[in-house]
Amino acid sequence: MTSNFSPAAVLILGALLVPFFRAKMKSYYVILLPAAAFFLIFQLEPGSSWHAHFFGFDLTFLRVDKLSKVFGYIFTLNAFAAFVYAFYLKDNTQHMAALFYIGSSLGVVFAGDLISLYFFWEIMAVASTFLILARKTDKAQAAGMRYIMVHVFGGLCLLAGIVLTISHTGSIAFDGIAEKNLGTYLILIGFLVNAAAPPFSAWLPDAYPEATVTGGVILSAYTTKTAVYTLVRGFPGWEILIWIGCIMTIYGIIYALLENDARRILAYSIINQVGFMVTGVGIGTMMSLNGTVAHAFCHIIYKALLWMSAGSVLYMTGKSKCTDLGGLYKTMPWTLIFGAVGALSISAFPATSGFTSKSLIIDGAIHEHLAWVWLVLEIASAGVFLHAGIKFPYFVFFAKDKGLRPGETNKSMLLAMAFLSFLCIFLGVFPRPLYNVLPFPVHYNAYSITHVTSQLQLLMFSALVFFLFLPLLKRTETIAIDTDWFYRKGGRLVYQIMDVGLNAINRYSDRVFVQGIAGGLARFSRDGIARITLLPFVTYWYLKGVRFKRLQIKKENLYYNIERGVIPAGIGAGMAALFLVIIFLLS
Amino acid sequence: MTTKKEFDFFDRPENIRKLWIFLYVFCGLTLIPDFFIRREAHFGFDGLPGFYALLGFVSCVALILFSKLVGLVLKVKENYYDK
Repeated sequence: MTSNFSPAAVLILGALLVPFFRAKMKSYYVILLPAAAFFLIFQLEPGSSWHAHFFGFDLTFLRVDKLSKVFGYIFTLNAFAAFVYAFYLKDNTQHMAALFYIGSSLGVVFAGDLISLYFFWEIMAVASTFLILARKTDKAQAAGMRYIMVHVFGGLCLLAGIVLTISHTGSIAFDGIAEKNLGTYLILIGFLVNAAAPPFSAWLPDAYPEATVTGGVILSAYTTKTAVYTLVRGFPGWEILIWIGCIMTIYGIIYALLENDARRILAYSIINQVGFMVTGVGIGTMMSLNGTVAHAFCHIIYKALLWMSAGSVLYMTGKSKCTDLGGLYKTMPWTLIFGAVGALSISAFPATSGFTSKSLIIDGAIHEHLAWVWLVLEIASAGVFLHAGIKFPYFVFFAKDKGLRPGETNKSMLLAMAFLSFLCIFLGVFPRPLYNVLPFPVHYNAYSITHVTSQLQLLMFSALVFFLFLPLLKRTETIAIDTDWFYRKGGRLVYQIMDVGLNAINRYSDRVFVQGIAGGLARFSRDGIARITLLPFVTYWYLKGVRFKRLQIKKENLYYNIERGVIPAGIGAGMAALFLVIIFLLS
Repeated sequence: MTTKKEFDFFDRPENIRKLWIFLYVFCGLTLIPDFFIRREAHFGFDGLPGFYALLGFVSCVALILFSKLVGLVLKVKENYYDK
């Protein structure tokens, strides 16, 4: 039996029922939803359905092909593991936000047109913010605020791009985009903001580490990978993506090396890994696009695993900084082992999933004879082992014993990590099931003797460098300035410049205009008229023989009356007539 | 009453020495196949024996030194943004 029900709707509608379940039933219920969505996706037939009319446009909420299905599989699979991990959690807000977030990411992946894609894109941004705010710390509130602002900016770029493109082509279809114009570039920027491409990257390491324990696990997968999906769908072969991707790989490594907080290290390594995928999209051949999709698939698994491992440590110790951690291998051995599987996978160690997926992208670069791209990707591969493969587990579980004896984390967390560890090794040893669901046919064997030995050389000598240079890598209680400086500190700097600069201008203006010119005008408008009026009267009184003190009193009385506007009406009318005569004579 | 002795394998100096030896030996072992198999060169220089070992070593040293260098400018105290 097949059913064309939207998997996005399963999670989004399912989220609404979360508050009605109590205690453990709630946990079982949220685990069940992504499992149900997974099987729903499994039996979806290629084609499109769930059409709706919207202002004369034909929207498609369910476009099924190999590309949307493979992302659907991994999104639901990862959600399943994440909710097993979050079994202890009974927080309605977090569960509902997570389900809305994951559901809308499925909505993006299965959206057949730009309008419905945008609709789900924005739900994702809002729902994910709640996973950050749910930490309920001041830092999380502030980071969540910055996070949503960046995504509002990205969403506006996307919206502007979509509007321009629709008015240009008259079509809302979302397929491979060939034409390069303002509209399509704006769409690209909108996607790249979510892919965390520099300079729009700082939101990720700013916000994710402030999220809750399970929030971090869930966030690590969806925003960046839906962006990768949209790039694969919309922008394959755009050369600029090769260079953006290459920059991302190196940028992620450099910042991860500078960071002290374990979850910030993992956040930067997301940017590094997404860099590989973006490069694959830029190369744009069937092999490299397969590589991008396969790598996104494997990356979601091992990155969730790494976030789970760091999350367990945070959950048990309340700490996530390398300088506070160390020596945890004694009391959290399983968390260490599962974390290490994730660390080896992200490093593409043979027999793990990273090895069978990343190689497709690198071989894609070789087949296109892109020597520089290939070299950057190899350097970045070595660097991954350095920052995520060794640095993360070493400083958290080994290094200097800080006397922490938290004990092993809870069983559901370990179960989820065991499940993902199994997938990492399974896909590393038997990649065929994954290769079969990729968008294009795969004729590739990662396990040639030359490939295995060259990868082992690369990684082992990277490890050697890590331990030889350990004194240089000693952690310090610092953070590294990223592009968020411009809207965090830069904003304040702008404020100060405004404060010092503009207020000085204000004071100057006040002196010159308000008190000077305007003051003069004000005085004149009061004074001048009185003085002009006085002129004929004083002359008249003088001629009448009024002198000295009496003249002075008469002058002061009249002046006072004119100034207060209480002169007898006759005099006022007379003066007005006199003015009219003067003006008439002068004109 | 006896408490179970804590597992502290990785804290002992003699074990750390063994791990160092293991690391050197493992690195050495990865080089051996290069004497027997010829790697297909895609760009000329990448077919040389031990090329990937050299690439891994040099690029990691370069990445560490470069991050140290930019760290001089980019690293700030944790409360930098709170001030």
